[in-house]
Amino acid sequence: MTSVAERTGQSQVQPPPPGAVRRTSDWVRRAPLLPALVFMIVVTQLPFVATLVISFMDWNAYYPDEVGFAGVDNFRRVFTDINMRDAVVTTILLTAGVVLISLVLGLGVALLLDRKFRGRGAVRTMMIAPFLVVPVAAALLWKHALYNPEYGLFNGALTRVWGWFGSDSPPQPDWISNAPLWSVIFALVWQWTPFMMLILLAGLQGRPLDVIEAARIDGASNWQIFRSMTLPHLRQYLELGALLGSIYIVQNFDAVFTITSGGLGTANLPYTIYQIFYQAHDYGRASAAAVVVVVGTMIIATFALRTVSSLFKEDTGR
Amino acid sequence: MSTLTPAVPRKKERGGVWLTLLAWVVGVLFVLPVVWMVLTSFHSEADAATNPPAVFAPLTLEGYREFFSGGASPWPPLLNSLTASVVSTALVLLLAFPAAYALSIKPVRKWTDVLFFFLSTKMLPIVAGLLPLYLFAQNAGLLDNIWLLIVFYTAMNLPIAVWMMRSFLSEVPAEMLEAAAMDGAGLTKTLRSVIAPVVTPGIAATALICFIFSWNELLFARVLTATVAETAPVFLTSFVTSQGLFLAQLCAAAFVISLPVLVAGFSAQDKLVQGLSLGSVK
Repeated sequence: MTSVAERTGQSQVQPPPPGAVRRTSDWVRRAPLLPALVFMIVVTQLPFVATLVISFMDWNAYYPDEVGFAGVDNFRRVFTDINMRDAVVTTILLTAGVVLISLVLGLGVALLLDRKFRGRGAVRTMMIAPFLVVPVAAALLWKHALYNPEYGLFNGALTRVWGWFGSDSPPQPDWISNAPLWSVIFALVWQWTPFMMLILLAGLQGRPLDVIEAARIDGASNWQIFRSMTLPHLRQYLELGALLGSIYIVQNFDAVFTITSGGLGTANLPYTIYQIFYQAHDYGRASAAAVVVVVGTMIIATFALRTVSSLFKEDTGR
Repeated sequence: MSTLTPAVPRKKERGGVWLTLLAWVVGVLFVLPVVWMVLTSFHSEADAATNPPAVFAPLTLEGYREFFSGGASPWPPLLNSLTASVVSTALVLLLAFPAAYALSIKPVRKWTDVLFFFLSTKMLPIVAGLLPLYLFAQNAGLLDNIWLLIVFYTAMNLPIAVWMMRSFLSEVPAEMLEAAAMDGAGLTKTLRSVIAPVVTPGIAATALICFIFSWNELLFARVLTATVAETAPVFLTSFVTSQGLFLAQLCAAAFVISLPVLVAGFSAQDKLVQGLSLGSVK
């Protein structure tokens, strides 16, 4: 290896030893990186290659004798499958809904917590709690203890409030059946608002306070300061929150699986693929769906990565 | 400046009481479901399923007793979760630290590309790799084996850890490294006396996040484990379907399983922010 490097070094660059030295020192530098890199390639990239291969195969675990080459059949079935198309729409609605609502709420709460007041630490601690409940436990909690139409807390509270006004017939909506997707979205918003709040609060606290004070002395209103100073400063934190939130919520399985079991138009892509694979045992079709999702994600991720990399350049530039 | 500051707070005070009140109301609303979960877990089943809610019903440990000794024991799943989370977190740190070192202190060429490769693996949907991993595990006889989960959780958290650790390592001042090199300090000495003091809090933040994500994971655990290597979240889902609905017991179970994360997260709130933002928010 070294000798080859040395020879090529000799033919291209005039002084041979520096080239060779640089190459060896390159490998010394790379060595600590290699275990992690190799591990990631083996565990995350090889399976995708396998998925790609299986996606062109006719393979259903219920018919083990009929395994063979399927060409693009699986892909045709994925693209013509109405469930898949619905799953794409559901995934987009779910992700965008949760990210946008929790960003706006998180911004509001972060602004409230940016002031000094009695019990600020306590309120911050209370706000973080939802994020620290295990997602499955949170989904079960919302489904059974809050949304349940007979004895959930929401309808219980309605009964109590209506009772105060002397009414015996409070509204008792069946939350999950009436608004299945919103039920999932709200349970997730409850968990993700603290996350957005934490990132935005850290952003707010990194604001240059002297400039804001100067603006206030010059007679700028709170709204003007928010619009033209706070918001631009928060932009990169908003982007960071939106990006990281999207990465996690696009993949959400726990809430959909638990709250609605993917029924009533809430099956997102992870849940749908899980179902094709786990219940229909149609390996070929599940893989084709996975490949389509991966390609779609790659297109979106390219834009997302561009955002991070611009943030990242600002960061290293500082 | 100091002569001017009194004027500013006075202007702010006007709506102050209302804003404080609003902050408290919002905080209480967000924590309410958690409080409700804990309260219900200490109620009897009859008091838990009432409408309107029986807030001041007598407290009992019935739900916890049923959860721990009623049906299938929750201890093996809890221990499995603990093993998977702790071992995978240790592995992640072992792999991520040298990698982050090679991406910040003595960076390889094109180190940004490597960094973005790590992040890009995080964007690929996990579910897309699930099938081949399942088939591999089936053929290798590794289904229902906790080590398989450990390997996947390590891969799941490694990109986050590399990003975080890189950001913490790049905070080590270059002058300090140069000074150490001039004093003739070797790698071990530099790591111990220059790098360690700066990055130890960062390592703690990384470990916290990796632990929480492994502890919470459901999809992999559900597909790849059964009775032996079942983790706590999987146990929680099967618990509901097999035993029907017992609200107090369910709340007790949800609370017990969330407790490690709640304790870890509350005790290290600032680390949580650093970790979640991949180290970019300090």
